[in-house]
Amino acid sequence: MNSIINGKKVYFIFFVLLPLWLLLYLSLQPLTEYIIALIPGLGTGGRLAGAVSFFIFEAPKVLLLLTLIVFVVGIVRSYFSPDKTRRLLGGKKLFTGNVMAGLLGIVTPFCSCSAIPLFLGFVEGGVPLGVTFSFLISAPMINEVALVLLLGLFGWQTALLYIVTGLIIAISAGYVIGRLKLEKYVEPWVYEIKSGDSSFGEIELSFEQRVEYGITAVKDIVSKVWVYILLGIAVGAGIHGYVPENFMAGLMGKSAWWSVPAAVLLGVPLYSNAAGVIPIVSVLIEKGASLGTVLAFMMSVIGLSFPEAVILKKVLKIQLILIFVGVVAAGIIIVGYIFNLIY
Amino acid sequence: MIIKVLGSGCAKCNKLEAKVREVVANNNIQAEIIKVTDFQDMMQYKIMMTPALVINEKVKSYGIIPKDEQILQWLNEA
Repeated sequence: MNSIINGKKVYFIFFVLLPLWLLLYLSLQPLTEYIIALIPGLGTGGRLAGAVSFFIFEAPKVLLLLTLIVFVVGIVRSYFSPDKTRRLLGGKKLFTGNVMAGLLGIVTPFCSCSAIPLFLGFVEGGVPLGVTFSFLISAPMINEVALVLLLGLFGWQTALLYIVTGLIIAISAGYVIGRLKLEKYVEPWVYEIKSGDSSFGEIELSFEQRVEYGITAVKDIVSKVWVYILLGIAVGAGIHGYVPENFMAGLMGKSAWWSVPAAVLLGVPLYSNAAGVIPIVSVLIEKGASLGTVLAFMMSVIGLSFPEAVILKKVLKIQLILIFVGVVAAGIIIVGYIFNLIY
Repeated sequence: MIIKVLGSGCAKCNKLEAKVREVVANNNIQAEIIKVTDFQDMMQYKIMMTPALVINEKVKSYGIIPKDEQILQWLNEA
């Protein structure tokens, strides 16, 4: 009975909702232009017109993309679990292990509130410390919300660039931490944990159940981030309309060599999610900020979060946390400079 | 019956605990509900995502908040 209902739901999603989504997405431009034309007294070319039309066009586009991508990522993630990932990474050598951990970090379900049990599970499963860190860096940094916003506001090239650089930082920072042999800075009790034998089999899911996972992910994530996205886009729209061109060039442009480290220093303690930050920084670029600087700022805000460092304090000594933050920050700064050089 | 909710105070963990208490109360099930917050104790169940639901020492779910009907089904089976 249950599976019949679920089966209908799957058909409904793939043959009704998905085409509807596509239709809506493709007609977004004319539709929003029509709506903007309806607003009395807005006119065209003015500052207010610029800000309002930016918001009306970007907000539904990003929310539409968010729904679809979170849904797809939810289904993809149902094929991965921390347990599978741990088995794949157990006893892996440095580098190979770091590369795998970075990649698996993208697709394995992760929430920073589960960082401790995950860390303990990895250690117990024989995953080397450096490899574990590659995972812990890539998992929060390369997330679907960041991806959606980059895709929607910057285009696919920048989204791809973000994934690749995020991976490079996760792999190299984890490799460095592994090379430094920092196991002594892990709280000793971590290594004494012996998990019980109350094992449970991996639950095999049907495709309907995986689709259900996707729906749950959409409900969970969209309900949590839509406010931040709208706020971010609203602030972005304000900057778009009212801040003069090239305003940011002196502050966050290429010529200001100190802008990359400053952006990272500012970004690390700043705790926000991708949803609020990316719409704002996307507009900064338009006002003359350089891509490397903006990328560095974004990564330090999303990838290095203060609450996560505090959570990790339960299993790591302060020295290791500082080294972790330092290595990742250094990686982000290097990437920032490289991008400023290339573009 | 002993029901354990594993989780260290994250929003989802509290939600699951409240939900389990509600399901138990609504269906007049005799059960002791224990919240496990110590990581060392949690690791006995080999879970790597919180919250986890353990009924009579068997892990039923982890990382998600199961639906009410699902929880009730597990409770009836136990």
